Amino acid sequence: MLPFILKRLGLAVLVALTVSFISFSLLFLSGDPAAALAGETASGEDIEAVRRLYGFDRPMLVQYGEWLWQAVQGNFGESYYFKLPVQSLIADRLSVTMTLGVCGITFALLTAVPLGVAAAIRPNSIIDRVALFLSVAGQAMPSFWFGLILIVLFAIQLGWLPPSGASSWRHYIMPTIVLGYYAMPAIMRLTRAGMLEVLNSDYIRTARAKGAGEMRVMFKHALRNAIIPVVSLAAVQMGFMLGGSIVVESVFALHGAGYLAWESIARNDLPTVQALILIFSMFYIVFNFLADVLNAWLDPRMRSS
Amino acid sequence: MNDMTKPLLSVRGLTLDIPMSNGTLHAVRALDFDLHRGETLCIVGESGSGKSLTSLAVIGLLEKNIRRNATQMNFDGTDLLTASKKQMRALRGNRIAMIFQEPMTSLNPAYTIGDQLIEALRLHKNVSREKARNRAIELLEKVGITAAASRLGQYPHQLSGGLRQRVVIAMALMCEPELIIADEPTTALDVTIQAQILSLLVDLTREMDVAMILITHDLGVVARVADKVGVMYAGELVESGPAADVFGKPLHPYTRGLLRCIPQPGKTERGAALGTIPGIVPSLIGDVKGCAFRTRCPHAVEACRDAIPERGEPPHKFLCVHPDGARAAEGEPA
Repeated sequence: MLPFILKRLGLAVLVALTVSFISFSLLFLSGDPAAALAGETASGEDIEAVRRLYGFDRPMLVQYGEWLWQAVQGNFGESYYFKLPVQSLIADRLSVTMTLGVCGITFALLTAVPLGVAAAIRPNSIIDRVALFLSVAGQAMPSFWFGLILIVLFAIQLGWLPPSGASSWRHYIMPTIVLGYYAMPAIMRLTRAGMLEVLNSDYIRTARAKGAGEMRVMFKHALRNAIIPVVSLAAVQMGFMLGGSIVVESVFALHGAGYLAWESIARNDLPTVQALILIFSMFYIVFNFLADVLNAWLDPRMRSS
Repeated sequence: MNDMTKPLLSVRGLTLDIPMSNGTLHAVRALDFDLHRGETLCIVGESGSGKSLTSLAVIGLLEKNIRRNATQMNFDGTDLLTASKKQMRALRGNRIAMIFQEPMTSLNPAYTIGDQLIEALRLHKNVSREKARNRAIELLEKVGITAAASRLGQYPHQLSGGLRQRVVIAMALMCEPELIIADEPTTALDVTIQAQILSLLVDLTREMDVAMILITHDLGVVARVADKVGVMYAGELVESGPAADVFGKPLHPYTRGLLRCIPQPGKTERGAALGTIPGIVPSLIGDVKGCAFRTRCPHAVEACRDAIPERGEPPHKFLCVHPDGARAAEGEPA
């Protein structure tokens, strides 16, 4: 197990370095940063002064090295727009996004996996039909529309939940449902397909022939094998959710990292964009690494490959 | 203790029907057989003749869509037809063990060999993990696996097919069953391994006095190990009886055809073509009347379309319109 983990960790670090270089290069891919900073009315001399001030005149690799060295210490420079350190700007926003993301994926897994298992145990039953309907509806409904429907129903008509903001846990209920419901259909269908395949396998017949009860067959023998692809999918979706959903954050006026990313792109605030891209990518890398480790624990065949 | 003349397993009139979109498939029809303690019954027949379904019907693991009917299905006093799910579960793996065809896929890839062996025992017997572990090691040694204790921590994918089938056999023996149903246990293995596994299985069942239903299409195997033989064709037991009788004096035209398909030392001429049975198995969907073999039988007559009487002197029985089966027609004295 340990050699497998070390190998995956090494790969993850390599991917992280590549991503960091790409996100650093964005600064140069979007035109002359010194000219952009100095403003439209700046003279040639002003631009040169800005270039020296910010160190843009040094070789790119040197700049990358310095940026990376600062970044790993949590120092992402100063936002062009807010004139504040990027890290303090992001920290607030990220806690909102992380709360929402963790709640969203938890909601998705807690509804999708039991529903997928129930649907697979009795294909074409009422439960299976209901699960299929829910997943098609979830896939077809745009998040902003579903969010608005919830706001109209639960915040305005019934007055049970606050329509927007992030000041208490009750503010997170509707965003969690909207974000989680977006991820639910794929997880549900994959769980169902995995369970159906596993339930037809010979080792399930062996388990029954041993005299194992249905619950034991389903949860000890079948689910552990069926859940393996679901783990990988959930990791990707978790990464996506922690990257912030601009749509959900906008509808519920949750000022999270996704919303900040969208604003910063619009404002050409490159240090903020760079930092966010790097952080979002790290989420993906970390969750994929964790998913690999979890899968190797679930499936011994993966450890040796 | 138990009455020695009373069979361990007694099946009468077993019928299995599968509803299909274009009618009912009569997969198994009116099967009768008895098995006594310690006996080996070999069921032979080609693919699709209903052998595997019969064995699944005995342990109650048929697919839900298959309808099972019988006048009697009795295992040592337990009526298998009316037994509850819980009663069946208490029998399966405990008093009736099953060995399947595919050793490569019949062990769970996510658990170690040890986990799976220990589970088999602890599902039925209230023993400590430590005791179950010792029993697992003992049985792994019995099935000829070296360094048994260290194998317990290995996963199925780390073992070869032959080793896995040995593990499956050890697993079947964990609870000291009275009956083992082995459904083509050697088919998926290399020819050299087949003989080893088979003699292992036969030796162990004899040593432990376990009754066995061995399902196979290998007549060579049957001749070596069977006490009783049942020949299945298209869902019917067309001939059954003590192995010596069925092999020594085959009566049903299908059995005779099958026996001509295997070379016999001293009898089959070198270089001569082996026998074949021309034709294909008829469809069993809809009304199945008369002898199912008549379309391929060299001795078929008009009366084969009607109900076929059961003939022979018990325990050697066969289904044919001809009173002596095909013996006279094939030029043998009755």
